Amino acid sequence: MDQSQSLSSQTGRTRPQWMQASLNIVTYLARKPTSAFGLVVLALLILVALTAPILAPHSPYAQDLQNTLQPPSMGHLFGTDELGRDIFSRLVYGARITLTIIFLVTIVVGPIGLFVGTVAGYFGGRVDMILMRITDIFLSFPSLILSLAFVAALGPSLNNAIIAISLTAWPPIARLARAETMTFRSADYIAAARLQGASPARIIWRSIVPMCLPSVLIRLTLNMATVILTAAGLGFLGLGAQPPMPEWGAMIATGRRYMIDSWWLVTFPGLAILCVSLAFNLLGDGLRDALDPKQMNRR
Amino acid sequence: MKPVVIQDMTIRFGGTTVLNDVSLSVASGECFGLVGESGSGKSTILRCASMLYKGWTGDVLIGGQSVRSMDPMERCRVLQMVFQDPYGSLHPRHSVRTVLAEPLRIHGIGEQEARMRQALIDVGLPVEFLDRYPHQLSGGQRQRVAIARALILEPDVLFLDEPTSALDVSVQAEILNLLQRLRDEKGFTYLMVSHDLAVIDHMCDRFAVMKTGDIVEVLPRDAILDGTAKAPYAQELIGASLTYEQAAM
Amino acid sequence: MNQSPILDVQNLTVHYGGAPAPSVQDVSFQLGRERLGIVGESGSGKSTVGRALMRLLPSARVTADRMQFEDVDLLGASERKMLAVRGARMSMILQDPKFSLNPIRRCGDQVAEAYRTHVRASKAEARAKAIAMLDAVQIREPERVYDLYPHEVSGGMGQRIMIAMMLLTSPDLVIADEPTSALDVTVRLQVLKILDDLVREQGIGLIMISHDLNLVRNFCDRVLIMYAGRVVEALNAADLDKAQHPYTRGLLAAQPRIGGSRQPLPVLARDPSWTQPQGAAL
Ligand SMILES: Nc1ncnc2c1ncn2[C@@H]1O[C@H](COP(=O)(O)OP(=O)(O)O)[C@@H](O)[C@H]1O
Ligand SMILES: Nc1ncnc2c1ncn2[C@@H]1O[C@H](COP(=O)(O)OP(=O)(O)O)[C@@H](O)[C@H]1O
Ligand SMILES: [Mg+2]
Ligand SMILES: [Mg+2]
Repeated sequence: MDQSQSLSSQTGRTRPQWMQASLNIVTYLARKPTSAFGLVVLALLILVALTAPILAPHSPYAQDLQNTLQPPSMGHLFGTDELGRDIFSRLVYGARITLTIIFLVTIVVGPIGLFVGTVAGYFGGRVDMILMRITDIFLSFPSLILSLAFVAALGPSLNNAIIAISLTAWPPIARLARAETMTFRSADYIAAARLQGASPARIIWRSIVPMCLPSVLIRLTLNMATVILTAAGLGFLGLGAQPPMPEWGAMIATGRRYMIDSWWLVTFPGLAILCVSLAFNLLGDGLRDALDPKQMNRR
Repeated sequence: MKPVVIQDMTIRFGGTTVLNDVSLSVASGECFGLVGESGSGKSTILRCASMLYKGWTGDVLIGGQSVRSMDPMERCRVLQMVFQDPYGSLHPRHSVRTVLAEPLRIHGIGEQEARMRQALIDVGLPVEFLDRYPHQLSGGQRQRVAIARALILEPDVLFLDEPTSALDVSVQAEILNLLQRLRDEKGFTYLMVSHDLAVIDHMCDRFAVMKTGDIVEVLPRDAILDGTAKAPYAQELIGASLTYEQAAM
Repeated sequence: MNQSPILDVQNLTVHYGGAPAPSVQDVSFQLGRERLGIVGESGSGKSTVGRALMRLLPSARVTADRMQFEDVDLLGASERKMLAVRGARMSMILQDPKFSLNPIRRCGDQVAEAYRTHVRASKAEARAKAIAMLDAVQIREPERVYDLYPHEVSGGMGQRIMIAMMLLTSPDLVIADEPTSALDVTVRLQVLKILDDLVREQGIGLIMISHDLNLVRNFCDRVLIMYAGRVVEALNAADLDKAQHPYTRGLLAAQPRIGGSRQPLPVLARDPSWTQPQGAAL
């Protein structure tokens, strides 16, 4: 064995090793310009969302009918909209909404996708067939149309949009987790776990989920771009966040009418959406390289 | 400690019959070998007998009790298996501690720390290895961990599926010595698959020669040099192995 | 046996990019029309030597005082020159035919195509030559096997097809990297015998890379023993039992023998001094 490896193992206990691994991944991501951009944008998004009240010079809801449709100036960095609200402040508060959507969708979609995929993949046979046919049904609609249908049924609101997006975003994750599970299912360490009396639930949770997690994480990150766009799309169609809320997609929707004369109404929210979804795409790509030991060696 | 009797084991995958009415019996405390060409069904016998494969017919008795009627938890404490590829049989993200603690937790056995240490000592690894991950171990060390994992539930019967064929001769010698010592100390019954007659001759008292899902002959160890094998394939296999080694004689 | 050597290697050192130390260090040997075995444990650098000779290590730093194959300087030759040499005048046989044959093409076509890449021939001629070669590696019914796909042939048959492919162009040097490790004992002997006969008949220089001391003892004239990237001992195969180096002796002793005593096998005690340079090379 390598000397460096034996040294690290002497100092390393279970917990710090975990943190060390995440730290390694982050440093790897930071070293490449593309994924570093992703990291910076994500960090910025979180920071802005946390410090929104400090950063925003105005309230996002404060109307000023004297000052509608003002172009960008010192007073209003990104200009004002048709009701005289400060666009910069609305964008800053909109970061909170975007982050909420990302967070909620992730914690709903990740576990559902992992659960369905690993269970289908591990048990195979009839369980697999039923679960995968359900997945297929969800997959056979374009996600925006399906979310539209859900929101139409549940009534338009931000929470319903999040539910609708989650319902349409888990099938690809489930597919992926199933495919991964099928490759690990016949591994000798799974056979050994079964010989030790581990129940299927225990095997899935302790042996299979850790193996699927990296690729699911990558896929989730890449999916976030789609999620943000779908949320914006729903907002744009008036089915997501409702009017006074500073959701980026909804801002574009209302700004659309004044677009020809007042470019700033749609440009800045559009750029924000572009940046964040691009950041997630780049981050996902970087993560794929960071988590793949073969690719790491090649570099 | 416990004898193993396999009766009329038959299994099909798809249309092909992989095992065809295989019967054999292993005395308690014996080391019994299984040799044969690759694909002849040696690993399949072990996987059926340990109930990793379900759809087979026939029966396997361990200490007179059928593995089918045994409580699954009880079965784990009676038989354990060591796999061929030490790189594939340890979970890449589980530390040695996790590997050894899992079976103890599943079976609700106390004094975990002491038992894990003892298992590592039994297989000749330093106790500090508890906090290592498989990628920090060499092939031989991994195989020792796999053996420790099999030992920790204190089974009576060990199935060994080519435990040394992925290892260098120098490391193979260490593992074979370890297996022999453990049998002397704890009186295990071994059912050992190998493609190397020299290993079988070194370890086993009797062995069965397999070809395409059938046992063609069961022979005592001495038959390798006696030339008492009758079945043509057994003769061919022994002849080839001896020729291969000839210069050593 | 040692007229003009086919291959002359002096102080070959290979350092993989990213590795802390060279994987092969100061390996020197000469090869005539004979069979040279390279043995050692896994990771000792045997395959790396073979690949370095074939110039198949683009990402590694390969240095040597001399690396001459007949009239070709393997160190300085252009990649274009290597394309003409590789496969035609020196060939390599790998461990598992499953990974060396293209799974979606008929075995025979692959052999015929290998012939046509190096020799101008019509399709019919190449086919005839391929069938003749399959016959030469003692495949019964070569016409039938010609039309099989790789997954339809057994491991031993696949390896014979590989040998047929390698020997088509009558190379002067064949490097066989663990050619029979994936095969059963009974098949292993047949394949080795075929390889051995062809190599002797055609006067080919053979480098047999293996971890198996029995194999090199029976099928080689000379043996290099490698440990941690260095050649620790070079012997005639017949004198293997008289090996001096403790590593070689340890490996020999650790091997269980049919009819041997059942005492615990002697375990190899490694000595750090084995990795130090020493004058063991020929
Ligand atoms: N799960 C399975 N599904 C289908 N075929 C199998 C399965 N397991 C083994 N086989 C087949 O059974 C035969 C015997 O395999 P195995 O017992 O692994 O052979 P051995 O261990 O003797 O080399 C092989 O032909 C193999 O393809
Ligand atoms: N592509 C590679 N990159 C880096 N190191 C390598 C590479 N291939 C092999 N090595 C290292 O070189 C050493 C010798 O490998 P190899 O020649 O394959 O050994 P052998 O064939 O004797 O088993 C090993 O320590 C291995 O880890
Ligand atoms: Mg097997
Ligand atoms: Mg090799």
